[in-house]
Amino acid sequence: MMGLAHPLRRRARHFRGFGRLRPREGGPARRAARDRAAVCGAVLLAALLLLALSGAAGRDWRALDLTALREPPSARHWFGTTGTGRDMFALSLRGMRRSLAVGLAAGLLATAIAAVAGAFAGLVGGLADRLLMGAADLLLVLPGVLLVAVLAPEGASWGTVVLLLAAFLWPLTARAVRAQARALAEREFVLAALYLGASRRRVVLRHLLPNLTGLLVADATVNVGLAVVGESGLAFLGFGVRPPDVSLGTLIADGTSAATVHPWLFVPPAVLLTLIVLAVNLLGDGLHRVLDRDP
Amino acid sequence: MLVLLVRRCSSALVLAAVAASLGYLLAGAGLDPRARLESARPRPPQAAIEAELTALNLNDRTPLHTRYLTWASGAVRGDFGRTLRGAPVSGELPRRLRTSLFLLLPGTVLGAVLGVLLGAFSALHPGTDKALTMLSHVLLATPVFVLAVLLQLGAQHVNAATGTHLFQWTGDGTGLASRLQHLVLPTVTVALVQAALYSRYQRSLMRELVEAEHVKAARARGLGLHRAFFKHGLRVALVPTATFFAYDLGLLLLGAAFIEQAYGRHGMGAWLLDSLREADPHPVAACIALAALLVPAATVLAGIAHRVLVPGSRA
Repeated sequence: MMGLAHPLRRRARHFRGFGRLRPREGGPARRAARDRAAVCGAVLLAALLLLALSGAAGRDWRALDLTALREPPSARHWFGTTGTGRDMFALSLRGMRRSLAVGLAAGLLATAIAAVAGAFAGLVGGLADRLLMGAADLLLVLPGVLLVAVLAPEGASWGTVVLLLAAFLWPLTARAVRAQARALAEREFVLAALYLGASRRRVVLRHLLPNLTGLLVADATVNVGLAVVGESGLAFLGFGVRPPDVSLGTLIADGTSAATVHPWLFVPPAVLLTLIVLAVNLLGDGLHRVLDRDP
Repeated sequence: MLVLLVRRCSSALVLAAVAASLGYLLAGAGLDPRARLESARPRPPQAAIEAELTALNLNDRTPLHTRYLTWASGAVRGDFGRTLRGAPVSGELPRRLRTSLFLLLPGTVLGAVLGVLLGAFSALHPGTDKALTMLSHVLLATPVFVLAVLLQLGAQHVNAATGTHLFQWTGDGTGLASRLQHLVLPTVTVALVQAALYSRYQRSLMRELVEAEHVKAARARGLGLHRAFFKHGLRVALVPTATFFAYDLGLLLLGAAFIEQAYGRHGMGAWLLDSLREADPHPVAACIALAALLVPAATVLAGIAHRVLVPGSRA
């Protein structure tokens, strides 16, 4: 359902922007601070980051406690233990750090690719435009699992996962960037720069991209959320990172089969994953409302 | 209308053909059926392995483009080759597709209808709007494989509390009643996700309608708020939703893997995953070809829906 829901959700959001009139007073930061959903998302995300970075202090996620095998949550092991005596709390936080790192790297990389590809496609047009957008459509149809299975049949390394997620996320943002770049390309200041003899490269880098910043910041946030879900989705299907390393996705995949008998193996990583995605989505939606206006 | 549809459809068909070919080439180049056959115990003689691979059109000693041409000439006639075990892919395909459709289609339709109604309703009633927005945010943030397991946990509690087997979800079940019973939970899973998606989408469309001229005109003529909205407004607001729904159906199979994995069914998604694990290229290529073909199908469907909703339109 992931492959299905996300591209469409993206389209839904762009429709929402039409015809919405709101007072524009105040800078972007101030407007963002007034957007309650964005503030909620930012606060939640900050809390989760803090938890991920500091919460596991003093606990080793690799440690085995052979006196507590598959025990429910207790004072010593807050989230219980796994069948091999690993502490679920430390494991979940370790997975969270991994998932956040992968999500951030893949989301930012995808946005960077999309910014360059979309801006050039929108500005140059013609064959380059059609080729780029055709490639984007193609990537929406091809299942991501296929590429992972072909490239890394024995389980992927973190770098491969990041690259693959970025490869599958850029088309969505690239379409939005292209549309806005096309609108911008007809504006006077871009034409003026071109008539003054500025090179295409310079126009894209100095005149187009700065005006696309709002869209890109908001989209980067959403892409981070999509990358986090995508990583755990791949892991759930059995194409995640190699053990013994863990991410929220591999923890969920391991906990799923026993979820009805030993729910503590499933619930903590599942809740953390949902909270991350919720926070990022709230922040991204809010940023879109605030930043992504018609230029 | 027809010309436009044909033109749009043909470009989508080209895309589908490219995607299917790319799928085959990737699967053919990346998967290694030879290693799979050679790892059989007792190991068959080399000549037998070669003969088997050649007979299946999977021999990596044959250049990839030759294999591709053989496969493609069959695929356009509906013959997608054989699996590693020798069974024809085209024979298995309808069975897998049926399983997936039974699992996903009711929930998708139900969720879309529910979502449209909820979205339209919440656009008019600010009181329910806040609660619905929150709920849809949380639902959309929950990955579908997490939602499926959470629903299973909930269903287990209900079963334990009532002392019955009200909810069943593992396997297919036997007999019509049991089969339907086994479909309840997957349908609810899909419907919840879809309803959350559509309610947000429809809500934003309806919010813009409050300002629309024709709704104002209907209100000025003395129509009640609900009548003006649902008779005059909803019809227009359904046009983008219908397009959205058509593409949603087109992408349905790509999401099938998660639901099937979570509920232990053997549909298209599970087939794709199993074939990838077993390094079996032909079913993989068939799954991708089918998923790719659904996109032009969705284009046609969207065109028809648009035609029905907006009589006299040219697109």
